[in-house]
Amino acid sequence: MTRKLLLALPLLVFVLFVGAALWRLADPPSSTVASKLVGKPVPPFALKPALPTKPGFGAADLAGGQPRLVNLFASWCVPCIAEAPVLAELKARGVAIDGIAIRDTAPDITRFLSEQGDGYARIGADPNGQAQIALGASGVPESFIVDGRGIIRYHHIGAVMPQDVPEVMAEWEKVR
Amino acid sequence: MIAEAGLAALWLAAALALLQLGAAIAGPRVGDVRAVAVPTAVAQGVLTLFAFAMLIWLFVRTDLSVELVAANSHSMKPFIYRFSGAWGNHEGSMLLWVTVLAVAGAGLALVERRLPPETMRATLGAQAALALGFFGFLLIASNPFARLYPAPAEGQGLNPLLQDPGLAFHPPTLYLGYVGLSVAFSLAVGALITREVGPALARAMRPWVLGAWVLLTLGITAGSYWAYYELGWGGWWFWDPVENASLMPWLAATALLHSVNVLAARGGLRSWTIMLAVVAFSMSMVGTFLVRSGILTSVHSFAVDPERGSFILGLLVLYVGGALALFAARVGTVREGARFELVSREGALVANNLLLTVLLGVVFVGTLYPIFVEAATGDKISVGPPYFNAVSGPITLVLALLLFIGPLLNWRRDRRPNLRRIALPLVVTVLALAATFLADMSLLARLGLAFAAGLAVASLLPLAGRNLRRTPLATWGMVISHLGVAVALAGAASDTAFTRETLAAARPGEVLSVGPWSVRLAGVDPVAGPNWTAVEGHLVATRGGTTIRLDPQSRTFSDPPTETSEAAIRTLFDGQLYTVLGHREGERWQLRLWWKPFVTLIWLGGALIALGGALALVGRWWRGRRQRRSEEAFA
Amino acid sequence: MVLACALLTAGPLAADSNQPPSPYAYKQLEDPRQEARAKALMGELRCLVCQGQSIADSDAELAGDMRSLVRERIKAGESPDQIRAWLIERYGSWVSYAPVFGPETLFLYAAPLLLLLVGGLLAARRLKRSR
Repeated sequence: MTRKLLLALPLLVFVLFVGAALWRLADPPSSTVASKLVGKPVPPFALKPALPTKPGFGAADLAGGQPRLVNLFASWCVPCIAEAPVLAELKARGVAIDGIAIRDTAPDITRFLSEQGDGYARIGADPNGQAQIALGASGVPESFIVDGRGIIRYHHIGAVMPQDVPEVMAEWEKVR
Repeated sequence: MIAEAGLAALWLAAALALLQLGAAIAGPRVGDVRAVAVPTAVAQGVLTLFAFAMLIWLFVRTDLSVELVAANSHSMKPFIYRFSGAWGNHEGSMLLWVTVLAVAGAGLALVERRLPPETMRATLGAQAALALGFFGFLLIASNPFARLYPAPAEGQGLNPLLQDPGLAFHPPTLYLGYVGLSVAFSLAVGALITREVGPALARAMRPWVLGAWVLLTLGITAGSYWAYYELGWGGWWFWDPVENASLMPWLAATALLHSVNVLAARGGLRSWTIMLAVVAFSMSMVGTFLVRSGILTSVHSFAVDPERGSFILGLLVLYVGGALALFAARVGTVREGARFELVSREGALVANNLLLTVLLGVVFVGTLYPIFVEAATGDKISVGPPYFNAVSGPITLVLALLLFIGPLLNWRRDRRPNLRRIALPLVVTVLALAATFLADMSLLARLGLAFAAGLAVASLLPLAGRNLRRTPLATWGMVISHLGVAVALAGAASDTAFTRETLAAARPGEVLSVGPWSVRLAGVDPVAGPNWTAVEGHLVATRGGTTIRLDPQSRTFSDPPTETSEAAIRTLFDGQLYTVLGHREGERWQLRLWWKPFVTLIWLGGALIALGGALALVGRWWRGRRQRRSEEAFA
Repeated sequence: MVLACALLTAGPLAADSNQPPSPYAYKQLEDPRQEARAKALMGELRCLVCQGQSIADSDAELAGDMRSLVRERIKAGESPDQIRAWLIERYGSWVSYAPVFGPETLFLYAAPLLLLLVGGLLAARRLKRSR
């Protein structure tokens, strides 16, 4: 009996392998890594203003009683151009948006905002991507919804596109 | 017409494979195995070789009316990359795979004379079944000869990282190795079907395993060196899934190489050798599947396509599942082999097989574990160098230690092994270990250096006291391969222990130091190549009275737009100076400098291991020929 | 086919900013001991945008930022384990090439010993029988 089991063992391992492979083929690996901070407080960070015309902000400013959408963007980021009109629509529907400019300069940001529109209430500068890492983000653009107590409630990876608006609005309504 | 001729040859070859399989199933009724199977197998080899030549021709001519050429080539590419571009893509490399499979099948049919006809028939049937599946895959899901209408004005180019002389010949080498193992697989399946497992089978299998193993060793060694100079960070092995995919067949083939000797010489380890022969080629197919399906995220992504992945998985289930089921059903009836005791050559080889198999199992489990965890819990985890190094380090050291004594033991039983013979290597090991305490390094590096020194001596012992001229070439081969293990181990340990690194941003004229070297950035100039532009740094490195110049480049390719850094590496007798030019920071340029003492021993060791295998192959072939001649003379 | 393969790392040119890298992305720490500790840790952290390389072997900007973060924190006196834990808190176990020991990874860590044990028993049984 044990000998038979032993002889079938390689076959068993192979069946397991095929099972895992089939599962993986049906559910291909996503290349994005979701932040594990959803449901947890915003980690401490403080960002200087990216532009002379707008204030910067820090983690403490995100626990001010009102929810915020924090959007990581950059003037050098191509998908951010596609995202800009959607952010404008979200703003029109009452979403308060703060921006974090990743590895960017004031003149570039000014040019980007004048060309693509500016829906940001505040823009913090993150010249070395340290706030990006602190938030558990890995690319640009990414967006977080933070509730009034400063808890991260939602993480969107990549540009928010028109088809994503209902989901983002639903998450926004949940925390209002 | 060229493309159509190639395609027609493939269809014809597929039909012949079907015929060969049918003939094997029909059995002796359709005549002698040599009369039917041999011509069909040889014709398949010739036809696929022809198809492959047609594809190369299309690439060399840059015939853009062929979809594959348009997608992967460019008329401005240098000749050698237009040539190697033929297999630098999914379809072309699968055609190469099928070609090697068919040619290997033809070779087996032509060369093998010792096997009983029934086993031979079953083996050729198995080989035809393998070929048939891959022909189907090629013709149905990856046709390399598909036309594109209208033809574009220019091709899309080849990934610049693949435009490298090393990469032009690295994949075919590995393929030859992978597919060479298919012959061992078919022989094992054939023997399971006819239940004829014995020394004759082992002798038939051995040259194929040896040849495949030599090519795999060369391929992996070359791949490691390619990653080392191309990735630009001084690493030479990353435990990346794709690297693991190539290592697993090599580990299985290495174990098989040793167990097949036990079977050939002593008739022992019968079912185990069959198992390993099945596993070795299975691992080649698993590796192909992992790389092509993209189910594991890897730095070396290659023509990833889940649909094709499903097709390969289907073939895997058919062949590997079938062979394992056959194994489970039949191997119980295989007669047990000759007996032996723990302290014997067989005992040492069993220990070698045990350790290699454990390593293979660990690499397999570690590579696939993230998929299992994610399937079961949804969590994404990574298994990487810290895990693999922690396991493979100690196993490698024990294997090295086993090599001190193993080749000196007698077959069957060694009641009083002459331990005095290994006194010298043990003394060398201890002395080397003591010497390592002169420098600060990790324990693993310390032991690696010490064992490498001891093994370098121990590996030569089988030659001690022999007439070197009359020593069989196969013994020389074993000695050189084992010496190669010592050399590679020394290189790896030395890299870990002694490498010095300097990362800095320097102004032109500034001097940096790395290890014993002073490196001055003399200047930075723009340069241009056939299909790229670059900035080139001019470095002047001095040590004592030695001055060398190095010109690392940061290249920008236009088709497709990509940036690569071309490291400038200088090999000296005692190590390599490895320099990389990075980005510009204002007036400064980022420089990455490494001084890597004796790092080249890693690849030199790999080459020695392969050379030993090649010598053994030639030696056995030579001996076999002489034996046959003398037999014929008697008859 | 190990490296028969194109590398994703050398991505399109547009994906990077034109900003200077983080202070310690391409620069070592002044204290060689601290640098050695930072280097060991960097080799065990996964570059999140290249997938399949450690941050010690990658030219990606985020990898550079993470290298800088590791070096700065080591310099400030944090231990490698603290930094690893901090990153795992954000990106999950995915970021660490050394899997966190736990119920999920129990079999992974037991595998080498388990295989050795099973294999050893098999071999030993063969030997005894042949005595």
